[in-house]
Amino acid sequence: MASKVIHALYNDDDILMNAVKTVRAEHYHIEEVYTPFPVHGLDKAMGLEGTRIAITSFMYGVLGLTVAVLMMNFIMIEDWPQDIGGKPSFSYLENMPAFVPIMFEMTVFFAAHLMVITFYMRSKLWPFKKAENPDPRTTDDHFLMAIDAGHGDVDAMMKVLEATGAVELNIVEQEQAH
Amino acid sequence: MYTLPNKLKVFALVFMVLGAVGIVAGFLSAPKTTEDVAAMMAEAHHGEGHESAQPGHGSAHAEHAMDHHDMSAHEGAEMHAGAHAEAANDHGAHTEADPHQEHLEHVMHQMQNRPWSALYIASFFFFMIALGALAFYAIQYAAQAGWSPILFRVMEGVTGYLPVASVVVFVLLLASAFHLNHIFHWMDPELVNPESAHYDKIIAGKSGYLNVPFFLIRALVFLLGWNAYRWLSRKNSIADDHAQDQSFFKKNFKLSAGFLVFFIVTESIMSWDWIMSFDPHWFSTLFGWYVFAGMMVCAITVIALVTIYLKSQGYLEEVNDSHIHDLAKFMFAFSIFWTYLWFSQFMLIWYADIPEEVTYFVTRIEQYKLPFFGMIAMNFVFPLLLLMNSDYKRVNWFVVMAGIVILAGHYLDVFNMVMPATVGESWTIGVPEIGSLMFFFGLFVYVVFTTITKAPLVPKNNPFIKESKHFHY
Repeated sequence: MASKVIHALYNDDDILMNAVKTVRAEHYHIEEVYTPFPVHGLDKAMGLEGTRIAITSFMYGVLGLTVAVLMMNFIMIEDWPQDIGGKPSFSYLENMPAFVPIMFEMTVFFAAHLMVITFYMRSKLWPFKKAENPDPRTTDDHFLMAIDAGHGDVDAMMKVLEATGAVELNIVEQEQAH
Repeated sequence: MYTLPNKLKVFALVFMVLGAVGIVAGFLSAPKTTEDVAAMMAEAHHGEGHESAQPGHGSAHAEHAMDHHDMSAHEGAEMHAGAHAEAANDHGAHTEADPHQEHLEHVMHQMQNRPWSALYIASFFFFMIALGALAFYAIQYAAQAGWSPILFRVMEGVTGYLPVASVVVFVLLLASAFHLNHIFHWMDPELVNPESAHYDKIIAGKSGYLNVPFFLIRALVFLLGWNAYRWLSRKNSIADDHAQDQSFFKKNFKLSAGFLVFFIVTESIMSWDWIMSFDPHWFSTLFGWYVFAGMMVCAITVIALVTIYLKSQGYLEEVNDSHIHDLAKFMFAFSIFWTYLWFSQFMLIWYADIPEEVTYFVTRIEQYKLPFFGMIAMNFVFPLLLLMNSDYKRVNWFVVMAGIVILAGHYLDVFNMVMPATVGESWTIGVPEIGSLMFFFGLFVYVVFTTITKAPLVPKNNPFIKESKHFHY
């Protein structure tokens, strides 16, 4: 089934922000906004749910910390006990200060890498994926807001959008992908 | 305009009066003779039981030996290995006095130092809050930060304590210089006198820098420099309210940039002089940064607390959650930074295990276990867990709670930096410590809020004030 979508193009992030607020106040449904750079506060203006990546980041950090502790305990204490800085106590706890930098680095390493991988998976991105942006100008200097025009008065919508300062308005028939 | 509520005035005065009573009581209860000490120790032994008192006795001898005899690195190594035996030998070799009597005298000096140290720690703690706030304020100007101008009058209020604190700290340094107390061990002229039995080669070697007149001159120059910036920037900031152009802002911008250069050098030297020299044999090259980090955490925390307080009273309507969020981010970040420096200092010394360096941590871990590790929990673990979540940084009572723990933790940090060298194992947190803390807290609250009443709460003509009012995250 094909659906109608209005593509409203803007050339300024402040105008876009105000437009998003106006469109939302009119209760039109914004499908997506394409921007050449991250626009501060856009997610809140669009009413998107808060990201949960911070929670995953914390969990990955804890995982990294655990791996570091177990790893250092195995390498330096159990498998091949080593004399650390003239302190041959062979106890993890007593040699712990020496392991703190590793614990820290592993925490950061796990949190950072797994967070990036999570982000890619969640956004359905992978290498060689075909770009989804509807207009290449959104990678340069234009901002594009896609508004669902399936139900409602399209002419009235166009008037509202024009008033928000859109530099270009297109009605696009698109295949329903989701 | 903000007017000082009577309740707050009474609150501050009550703290000052109670604190003053505590300080006086601390001085009066300090022992005057070794007989007093013997009586006090008998009482304490009775309370604590024999087992806990006995090991303390031994390590006090070690402390004593360390203080009064030339300790080369070689001797230090042995000292580290067998402090008790070494101490006993030293006493046998160098002194003919009754060891018990000498120990009593040593404890007496420690106990006489205690009220002075308590006073010094509390006065320095609030002094560093004011100084840290001044540095933070200068950074805002120099960086032309857009979010913070709405908080400038709060920051100026906190730095308003600086002149008062400077006088207090300088008077305390003078008291040490004129030998009213012995908290700065190196000021004892016997230590640099080659003829004396107490001659200390290491301290004598440092005396080109570490001598009383130069020490006082440095203190005076630093204090005058900081206060001059505080006075000029405040004057410009108020004059800016009625200015037609941005000339005062530009003046403050240049002044702040200059001050920051002056500050980071002098702050470092100040931390060696006023804190590190309590352990004149010991040194750490990142000590200046370490003190700086603690100073900044406390200052930003206090700025956040004062802002939240004023907001709860219906002032500063334009300060929103995002401003508090930003302050809380700084609290979080500087807490981590402090921990990073604390650990950098600790790990290198722990790893290398060089006697002349490691004594610093050995004393603290052996005799100050609870404040030493307690402070790490309060200054690192607590803010880490409490302020990590982005949403919690916007919840005022969360920030207040974290702030109170951070401030208490950093008081303990200063306590740990000063007390082991001046009071040794004769420490507790009792009447003199709490009294001093209360007195300076009362004084701080009184001076800070009085300064806040003296100017409108929001600067008018600052070029970033509009951005600051609309600041959102």
